[in-house]
Amino acid sequence: MSDSLIEESILSRPTYGTLKIVPGLAHYFLADASGAECIIRDVQELPRDMMEKVHILYVPTPGEAALITSLYALGAKRFEHFPTIEEAVAKLGEWLSDAKMGSQLYLAGTEGLVGQGVAKGEECGLDHTAVQCEHRGSLARRVQCVHCKTMIEDVTTQPVKCPTCDLLLLVRDHYSRRLAAFQGVCINAEDPTEEIEIKEVFK
Amino acid sequence: MTIQFKDESFRGDFSYANSPSNIPRFPFPFPEDEYMYSTNIEPHHAARTGSPFENAFDVDEHYVAEMKDRALVLAEDPGRCQALPHMETAGWDFLELVMVSKARDYPDLFKLTMDGDRWHWINTPLQIDDTFTFGDSSTLPCHPMEYIGRQVQGDHAILDQRDGNLWMDAGIITAQADWSLDFDIGMNFFEWHAPVPLAHELGVFQRALKFLLTLPQGQPSRRLNWTLTVNPRLDTSPENYPKWGPDRMTVTPENIGEKIHLRVELQTFWRLPRSNAILFPIRTYLMAMNEVVTQPKWGRRLHRVMRDLRPELVEYKGLSRYHPILVEWLSQFDDGAPTSPGIFPD
Amino acid sequence: MSASDHLIPVVVSNVVEVNPIIKRFEFKHVNGDELPAFSGGAHIVVEMLDDGTKRKNPYSLMSSPFERDQYAISVRRDDTGRGGSKFMHEQVRPGMQMKISAPVNLFSLDLRARKHLMIAGGIGITPFIAQMTQADKLGVPFELHYAARSVSQAAYMDSLADRFGDHVSCYCDDQGESVDLEVLLSNQPLGTHVYVCGPKGMIERVVETASSLGWPAAHVHFEHFLAPPVGEPFEVHLAKAGIDITVGAEQSLLEAVEASGTPINCMCRGGACGQCETVVVACDGDIMHNDHWLDEEQRAAKQRIMPCVSRFRGKRLELDL
Repeated sequence: MSDSLIEESILSRPTYGTLKIVPGLAHYFLADASGAECIIRDVQELPRDMMEKVHILYVPTPGEAALITSLYALGAKRFEHFPTIEEAVAKLGEWLSDAKMGSQLYLAGTEGLVGQGVAKGEECGLDHTAVQCEHRGSLARRVQCVHCKTMIEDVTTQPVKCPTCDLLLLVRDHYSRRLAAFQGVCINAEDPTEEIEIKEVFK
Repeated sequence: MTIQFKDESFRGDFSYANSPSNIPRFPFPFPEDEYMYSTNIEPHHAARTGSPFENAFDVDEHYVAEMKDRALVLAEDPGRCQALPHMETAGWDFLELVMVSKARDYPDLFKLTMDGDRWHWINTPLQIDDTFTFGDSSTLPCHPMEYIGRQVQGDHAILDQRDGNLWMDAGIITAQADWSLDFDIGMNFFEWHAPVPLAHELGVFQRALKFLLTLPQGQPSRRLNWTLTVNPRLDTSPENYPKWGPDRMTVTPENIGEKIHLRVELQTFWRLPRSNAILFPIRTYLMAMNEVVTQPKWGRRLHRVMRDLRPELVEYKGLSRYHPILVEWLSQFDDGAPTSPGIFPD
Repeated sequence: MSASDHLIPVVVSNVVEVNPIIKRFEFKHVNGDELPAFSGGAHIVVEMLDDGTKRKNPYSLMSSPFERDQYAISVRRDDTGRGGSKFMHEQVRPGMQMKISAPVNLFSLDLRARKHLMIAGGIGITPFIAQMTQADKLGVPFELHYAARSVSQAAYMDSLADRFGDHVSCYCDDQGESVDLEVLLSNQPLGTHVYVCGPKGMIERVVETASSLGWPAAHVHFEHFLAPPVGEPFEVHLAKAGIDITVGAEQSLLEAVEASGTPINCMCRGGACGQCETVVVACDGDIMHNDHWLDEEQRAAKQRIMPCVSRFRGKRLELDL
């Protein structure tokens, strides 16, 4: 079991496991600060000669350095860190474009990071069923406003106001792997005068 | 038989209506006095001259107006028509199926001439006369799915088959009952149906998927699905929910007959030859309550179905706000007499 | 409803002896109509009327999916089988009328692939001939690795080399050549899909090697070209029809059910598609599950059977038909 707190839901809502290194020609890791310990936990168990096959991308929390040091100390063939998920995922795409079949992809951290890593893997020709994912950290969601298509990052409330079109969105459990986002649909479209309390639910 | 195409709208002034002669051919979706989910799939054989099941792709008096409405939706939101890169072959399969079927079934309206890969297509109602090379997308103004999708009534999803599942990897979807292609594209059969209540537990989707995975070429199938829509609006997409959602507040006992429409989807399933994908046309028929009750059998039965509908389905189909007054209104057409089996009017 | 209920009448337009054990058969529609389009990897079911016995065997289409005036299949003669291949080799002549099903594809290319890697053994070459034609036309990179017992048994190798050049490599057992799967599967760009069709052992080696190198299962595709096995005759009771039938030694249970006039669904007739799955009402004996459809638990439970390829030995078998 992973340490994830995700409750059972509808079939489109992703579920996550615990990373476990499997046979492969190369091993690509991507994590944010909440998932870094998953990489450290698994990679430090590997024999030294395996490190030639290990490639790590990391998105630290601003100002944090201790985990960067620990990840660097693992001695991977490549280790790079980026301030945003977007940049790290773009780098992952560069690395995967030269990769061979038999490469393994491991993702650990918040759902936004994991989801975008899966989508990039699929874009590069790696079936999503082949990607290992471990959820760590906050349950904040990445939400697509179905009306104006804005991607809203780190959503913790239900409903949430779309910053672009101002509609109040119900955050559904319906999830798109391609968009790496949950669906947000106007909650009071039938009667826009309806008052709805906004509660913090995805912590 | 020449069809008189109507000049009408599915938005704004909602001038859409069915001619008296068009009413009895409506695919009324209830073969019995009660409704529950089932995997109600049957062979899509030609059935009943004049019915919407007579031809592979039914063309009726709303054809031209529906295609105009589709063009309006696509102009506003091109994301309603999308295909993942591997779906081009399937797009050509779709184009071929529609052109061959329509030219065969409606020779006075559509004409297809094939000289090897060089095809000449004439669509008289839409005033289209094009020559192109089959299989070469550079000879069409757009993706083959979009090209033909703009010339055939109903939404069309194309499902790629792999790994024992079906994947919604392409579609032209402008007249949908509240689901988003832009969001669902790339999902598998269980994922895109995930929000549907009750049916997963009943095993409906497992059975349907198993059936569809072995759907043979040349043996299409069909089923009917239904919901209710306020006003004859084709585009009830989640994207535009803020535009059509408020309509649900406008229903009163006085205007039910003209406002509420029975919305029936004639869903068909076709194995496509070159891509091995499945074409999933979802053809929508709309009929105002006032038009439905002109057929006494339908009035009686619709009252019984609505009265006894499971609460989860009332909620899921978005009927909650006006369900009680609709049942009350329909009761005046139910004299308690028995109804004959099947969907066709007496 | 069943795919083989809707048969297409064809005439045998050509029979070619490819080598001592393989013959190619070409079919045209009896009316000269176009045959249905198909995708590489599809098969048809050929109906054989062999002296009172109606037999239906699946064969992969090897002709170009882009040409619809005729179909071609290749049949390897198997003298120990049920007699289907023997019938094709000995009885079928140009000009003869036969019936075939519409094409069915249980071994299609994954059209998302960046590259198709095809591995064929012996007669397993046939679906790849159509698939290479398709991949070539779509402009997607592909490679074929073809293993045969000898140069003379490597059917179609010369014409494939002419058409596809470096994209095809042949390995002959009698020359001591073999595919180095480890090297081959270690050097494929991400997004490659591998397809294998050939003897059971070859399929297993490819699946195992790919898995040990870290290939995801979704990128590994295989087709068992499974013919219904022969066996001892046995009796079956069909509960709904209320009749007893006998399945002959060289007949499949499915064919015996069909011969009795009892309706049954089916499609691939090779234990792969799942259409003919039938509920077992009572079973006192052993079911020889020869299919690729039921899982171990279902086999052990003896509550389901795939009549197209599975057989029975014991006192009583009663089916929900």
